[in-house]
Amino acid sequence: MSKSLSQIFLPAAGGTALAAALAITIANRDYGNDKISSLEGRVAQVEANASAATQKARAEAQRAAELQAEFEAVQAAAAATAAMGVDLTAPAPVADGGYGLGRAAHPEEIAAWDVDVLPDGRGLPEGRGDAYWGEEVFAEKCASCHGDFAEGADNWPVLAGGFDTLDDEDPVKTVGSYWPHLSTAWDYIHRSMPFGEAGTLTADETYAIVAYILYSNDLVDDDFELSHENFAEFEMHNKDGFVVDDRAELEYSQWRTEPCMDNCKPETEVTMRSVFLVDTPAEGGTESMMNPATIEGLPSFSASGAAFIPQAAAKPVEVAAAEPAAAPADAGSELVAAGARVYRKCKSCHQIGDGAKNRTGPHLNGLFGREMGSVDGFGYSRVFQSAQEEGRVWDEAELAAFLAQPKAYMNGTKMAFSGLKKAEDLDAVIAYIKSYEN
Amino acid sequence: MSDLFKPSRRAFLRGGAAVAAGSVAGAANAAGPDPLITELQDWESYLGAGVDETPYGLPIRFEQDVVRRNVEWLTASPISSINFTPIHALEGTITPQGCAFERHHSGAIELAKDDFRLMINGLVDKPLVFSYEDIERFPRENHVYFCECAANTGMEWAGAQLNGVQFTHGMIHNMEYTGVPLRTLLAEAGADMSLDKWVYVEGADASSNGRSIPMEKALDDVLVAFKANGEALRMEHGYPVRLVVPGWEGNMWVKWIRRIEVVDRAVESREETSKYTDVYEDGTARKWTWVMDAKSVITSPSPQMPIKHGAGPLVISGLAWSGHGQITRVDVSRNGGITWETARLGKQGDTKALTRFYLDVDWDGAPMLLQARAMDETGYVQPTKDQLREQRGENAVYHNNCIQTWYVNAEGVAENVEVS
Repeated sequence: MSKSLSQIFLPAAGGTALAAALAITIANRDYGNDKISSLEGRVAQVEANASAATQKARAEAQRAAELQAEFEAVQAAAAATAAMGVDLTAPAPVADGGYGLGRAAHPEEIAAWDVDVLPDGRGLPEGRGDAYWGEEVFAEKCASCHGDFAEGADNWPVLAGGFDTLDDEDPVKTVGSYWPHLSTAWDYIHRSMPFGEAGTLTADETYAIVAYILYSNDLVDDDFELSHENFAEFEMHNKDGFVVDDRAELEYSQWRTEPCMDNCKPETEVTMRSVFLVDTPAEGGTESMMNPATIEGLPSFSASGAAFIPQAAAKPVEVAAAEPAAAPADAGSELVAAGARVYRKCKSCHQIGDGAKNRTGPHLNGLFGREMGSVDGFGYSRVFQSAQEEGRVWDEAELAAFLAQPKAYMNGTKMAFSGLKKAEDLDAVIAYIKSYEN
Repeated sequence: MSDLFKPSRRAFLRGGAAVAAGSVAGAANAAGPDPLITELQDWESYLGAGVDETPYGLPIRFEQDVVRRNVEWLTASPISSINFTPIHALEGTITPQGCAFERHHSGAIELAKDDFRLMINGLVDKPLVFSYEDIERFPRENHVYFCECAANTGMEWAGAQLNGVQFTHGMIHNMEYTGVPLRTLLAEAGADMSLDKWVYVEGADASSNGRSIPMEKALDDVLVAFKANGEALRMEHGYPVRLVVPGWEGNMWVKWIRRIEVVDRAVESREETSKYTDVYEDGTARKWTWVMDAKSVITSPSPQMPIKHGAGPLVISGLAWSGHGQITRVDVSRNGGITWETARLGKQGDTKALTRFYLDVDWDGAPMLLQARAMDETGYVQPTKDQLREQRGENAVYHNNCIQTWYVNAEGVAENVEVS
């Protein structure tokens, strides 16, 4: 929010009104009375002024003396410091009245960037949308990650349900069960979603999606319409579920003590071994595997050390020297490099390259020449299933047409991507995908 | 253990070391003359690389395994994900940018200096827009600070999970930042700096990751930083300009910063309500847990850094840090917390920065349960896992600063464990 105009204008307007009122009062007074009292007043004022001036002069002299003393102390300290050749560091100064850097922000610029919404609804634009429409928008733009019913796909966040689980062993923290303010959902969806197409939702679409999320949490009916008008009235289930950081009272008070150094416990033993072993292959990343070892046969410890040396412990594994990862065939070409940048729009859902797996979308290795809808283990939409039955095969033309307007070209695709508008982006990303031909 | 047992164990260990010598770098102990010394080697005869062969140098290929790594199944997509600093293989305190952990919410963006704009608006007299050049014209400061993700060690609430200090403690880095104090920019815009106000900061990337910072902190030590370790920030660390919020959770260190808004209350964005809050056993949640409490860990030996040299002189090396100020002391236990020895600090710790500690021991070859315990200038002592769980239960995700235990067996292999 910008500083309110009223804060700037009201003091000025108030001052003017006061002056006008005074002028009218004075004009209405009896002239003689006025003259006497004004003379008396002036005498009193002169006396008061003289006394105040004396006091002020004394105070100023005292302050000047203080400053002089302070100045001399600083000078002496600086001289001493300089003589010793030590610390001359100082924090960065802040100039009185500023540095005159930067330029005034235009109102249009502030309007474009200042879109955050506060818990009391300040910052919300006008608009409205109901859960019924929200379901359609959600299915098109959100469901590929969050599931048709906001239940969450793969590892993506679940948005609905989980009520009364916050004190369970595995709390399910959803918009419905956990989020304390509805503004948070509106603000985040409007600004940061859909993932990979942030900032493209209209205000009305956002109201509709939020209404649908409330509906999928069984908090409203499907005809519920959310708008800037009724937004602030909506209270979240967990609005009182948060306390402000109280570690100082609960923890610091206990843990700021002199710690034990000797005989802190009679003995100790391993109660749990690492659940996962983590291999670190030369090409980067990790491979985790369950640790088969148990705590059986490990020594207990006392003040004198380990109880015994256990038999048959594993030898350390020698890690082979790492070789540089092979670059894709023509990674050097500029078009492929440009395509790699365009591909960032795709990679949240589609993996490519060594070890690429199906994610929200199928992997794209060896795409050209591959039958549509043919990657094992990926659940295709109906339109891609029929494309496979028809024997359609991906080539450059098909992919370019699809990526230009995914929903128009493959009506019914699950791919929540609005398309690439620039021909050079299409060429580049096709070249990039092609570089992973094999 | 009995005295009778000692000689045979020592003999066993010497035997083990001799076997290892053949395969590893034990040639220095070889029985006969070492051909690396007695024979002319290629590098002693032929010419090496000329200058400019790599205008910007990278680590030599023998160090290629010292890289950031992620654990794929922890997150839904590498775009909104995290990886880990290879702290097991680093020494000293400064983290090179190229291997400092990354955490992105919508991927790392390429933002050119020419395209950079920083807006200050809200409760200010003059809403302003700064260019990158403007930022470089304000008086600047240099400070070394650690940046730790609130989720560092988060997996370990549920017990010993991931076998490697890179994965249990690697969501941390420590760099020397150059930047302009946030208070300077607030003053420039004529901000309302009364202490009941907040500063809301957001990034230019698709996630925008907005966070609310109370005015007291904003005026204290927050930096608007444009260099790290002497050079420009790397893309993945927020090039060209990021926020540095010393001692506070990494999520608040907004990268690619584009806007600073002075507001009259916390915005309570997604990153300060849905995430970066912790649920306790009774179902209530704790919010605004900004400070990273004192913590330490032994980086070597550790699961990725087994002892390969057998018994004898051993350097136990580790890191300690506190969001409340300086580290004043670190104690190390070799028997799982029964006895503690005060470690040697590499140098007096900087405030809110990593401090290196050492315990130089003569390892007798017996198994160890290694632990480190940090203390900071407030007198706070790093808690055990049990102490933390007693306070917070096991459903927390963030702010796990428990004492870590490595079980080191007689062969020197280390493993992540929990102890009684």
